[in-house]
Amino acid sequence: MEENKKFTISVYTENSVGLLNRVSAIFLKRHINIESMTVSKSEIDHVHRFTFVVIVPETLAQKVVKQLEKQIEVIRAFYHTEEEIIYQETAMFKLSTEFLYDEKIQNKLKLRRAHIVTITKNFFIIETTGLKEDIDRLYDKLKPYGLMQFVRSGRIAITRPKMAISELINNVN
Amino acid sequence: METQIETKSKHIKTKEIKISGSEAVIKCLLEEGVELLYGYPGGAIMPIYDELYKYQDKLHHVLTRHEQGAAHAAQGYARVTGRVGVAMATSGPGATNLVTGIADAQIDSTPMVCITGQVGSHLLGSDAFQETDIIGISTPVTKWNYQITDASEIPEILAKAFYIARSGRPGPVLIDITKDAQFDTLDFHYKKCTAIRSYRPVPEIDMNQIEAAANLINIAKKPMIVFGQGIILGKAEKEFTALIEKTNIPSACTLLGLSALPTEHPLHVGMVGMHGNYAPNKLTNECDVLIAIGMRFDDRVTGNLNSYAKQAKVIHFDIDPSEIDKNVQTEVAVLGNVKQTLVEILPLLQENTHEKWLQEFKKLYDIEYESVIKNDLFPVKEGLTMGEVMKEINTVSKGDAVIVSDVGQHQMFASRYAKFNQTKSNITSGGLGTMGFALPAAIGAKMGAPQRDVIAVIGDGGYQMTIQELGTVLQTKAPVKIVVLNNEFLGMVRQWQQLFFDKRYASTEMTNPDFITIAKGYHIAAERVTKREELAVAIQKMLASDEAYFLEVCVEKEDNVFPMIPTGASVSEVRLS
Ligand SMILES: Cc1ncc(C[n+]2csc(CCOP(=O)(O)OP(=O)(O)O)c2C)c(N)n1
Repeated sequence: MEENKKFTISVYTENSVGLLNRVSAIFLKRHINIESMTVSKSEIDHVHRFTFVVIVPETLAQKVVKQLEKQIEVIRAFYHTEEEIIYQETAMFKLSTEFLYDEKIQNKLKLRRAHIVTITKNFFIIETTGLKEDIDRLYDKLKPYGLMQFVRSGRIAITRPKMAISELINNVN
Repeated sequence: METQIETKSKHIKTKEIKISGSEAVIKCLLEEGVELLYGYPGGAIMPIYDELYKYQDKLHHVLTRHEQGAAHAAQGYARVTGRVGVAMATSGPGATNLVTGIADAQIDSTPMVCITGQVGSHLLGSDAFQETDIIGISTPVTKWNYQITDASEIPEILAKAFYIARSGRPGPVLIDITKDAQFDTLDFHYKKCTAIRSYRPVPEIDMNQIEAAANLINIAKKPMIVFGQGIILGKAEKEFTALIEKTNIPSACTLLGLSALPTEHPLHVGMVGMHGNYAPNKLTNECDVLIAIGMRFDDRVTGNLNSYAKQAKVIHFDIDPSEIDKNVQTEVAVLGNVKQTLVEILPLLQENTHEKWLQEFKKLYDIEYESVIKNDLFPVKEGLTMGEVMKEINTVSKGDAVIVSDVGQHQMFASRYAKFNQTKSNITSGGLGTMGFALPAAIGAKMGAPQRDVIAVIGDGGYQMTIQELGTVLQTKAPVKIVVLNNEFLGMVRQWQQLFFDKRYASTEMTNPDFITIAKGYHIAAERVTKREELAVAIQKMLASDEAYFLEVCVEKEDNVFPMIPTGASVSEVRLS
């Protein structure tokens, strides 16, 4: 059996309603669990970019990418290993204002380069950006203070290798 | 409603015509060369039907008796003509009834455009009367789909729909049109779609791959070709024949590849797959180079992948990159339009005879003949066999008929024994295995090829899944020949129950109606054959008739189809009994 690895799949698409359904169905059909997903615009006008993180054997990642590319409104799809990308996630923590001056929290925030984005009478909000592991560590540290809310974004990633989408589009146009 | 507007720019006088969305739909169909479509009306698509009424001398709408029938008829038409089939239905149940046909077209790569009506756009998402999310439902089974909520989108979207359905690897497209978009008006301009920036229908040819493939083929001692429907869809029958005649490579077809090469061609070594021929199945595991052309290594073709052609180097010609290495690891992948790739490779190939190797196919054919074919075609027992019915059909049709088969044992007998002289003559539901396909598909096929004999070969089970389409035959007078091979069982399932479930015949025995009376109720000439001596004459009579004809042949109840590769077994474990 081929071993599972973590892959980041980037999918450049036209901006069209319903495409999310079509694209996610390809993962669903093969029972692939999507670890995280982000949709945003891309470096090209009117072109969207989906970023999926999956843990699968490499041959499966290849097959999925080809099936994604087969969809009419998918311009190109790529998969990358952890080494080929620079990636980040963002998280927000909501805590009670009673801990605002807690020294331990202050230190942790400095260490993690996290910062406070909002303070109100009852709560304050911490935001941090980093690797999933960094965020997990901060989460573990803050959990004992009674997190009022926690949320984390999907992974966003920039690849080291080129993904020549603009050229591709220009060729067709 | 026509208004003439002068556009100031560039001194060109263009006539801008304000028409309704529904009239625009009809005009788009005419622009795409559609002459015939199949469908069923209802509330949400009434404006389009109203226009169909006005345009009835230009565009012929065939009313089926169920939307599934409309989809299969469009498929039959598409498969026999190579053109895009069109089916139409109302929202809600009309649209969902199309889904089986759409799924069938998707898995068998049939070009089809389905147009469904939808509730008014202000009602979308409100669970309105006959609202279903047909876009959501059809997404996994369409090549593309789109919901039009604004009349002005109609020309561009329909142009795209036809382009996508027919280009590259063909497939079904569904366009859902809200009722308000049908009523609203637009300035109609039609421009055919020729490219979509995110869609590359035909991959570029890589000459290195062509050369690599040619080198492998030239040094092969025991090469074997498996060809699929890609040859037919790519209109590459001539190029393919030239290739095999130069190289003398034994060539076997898949179920859907059948008829791409005349069955009597000396290099045609039969069909691969679960009930395919003994020789090509066995020798798949003995060839040194396996050349797959326009086929997709379906599990019904390969049996157990862990013991499929492991000794062979595999060359795969296909138009769809996602098929490469999907099931079988290839040595060389030749991507591109097969009509071009075969032309490119031909001059690089050396002539060969492969005499000894071809003999091996002949030897195994003789074994299959003695233990299976002889008994199927020239039975000595009293009961009639499905095989001999096919043999008699061949005698009269001489291989020139279009054979439309349903799903089950009769389908396998039809595919094993029907003779085909021309391409696009075998129409069957392959990938989806949809019972009920044949009768409506035969109606579509007959309308697509009116000069040809179209014979539907159907089991008593599948016949009753779309039997209401006899009404379509009655109303259109489509002279289809319907042969029901009645074994009073869901035969194929019964066969499995016999072989793998200790003969526990759970819900496979059928108490059937009097099919002759039913045919007569639809004013279709009908005959029942129960004895061998009546068979040949009955088939001659059926094919001599200018009208639709129904023939029921009561066959042996518990016959089995062999050879057979049991599920999970290897192609080399193909059983003869
Ligand atoms: C819509 C649908 N339902 C169920 C099946 C499963 N199935 C495959 S073959 C078969 C039996 C077909 O019986 P019949 O039409 O009488 O043909 P025979 O095998 O007897 O020739 C069945 C039930 C199917 N293929 N399609």
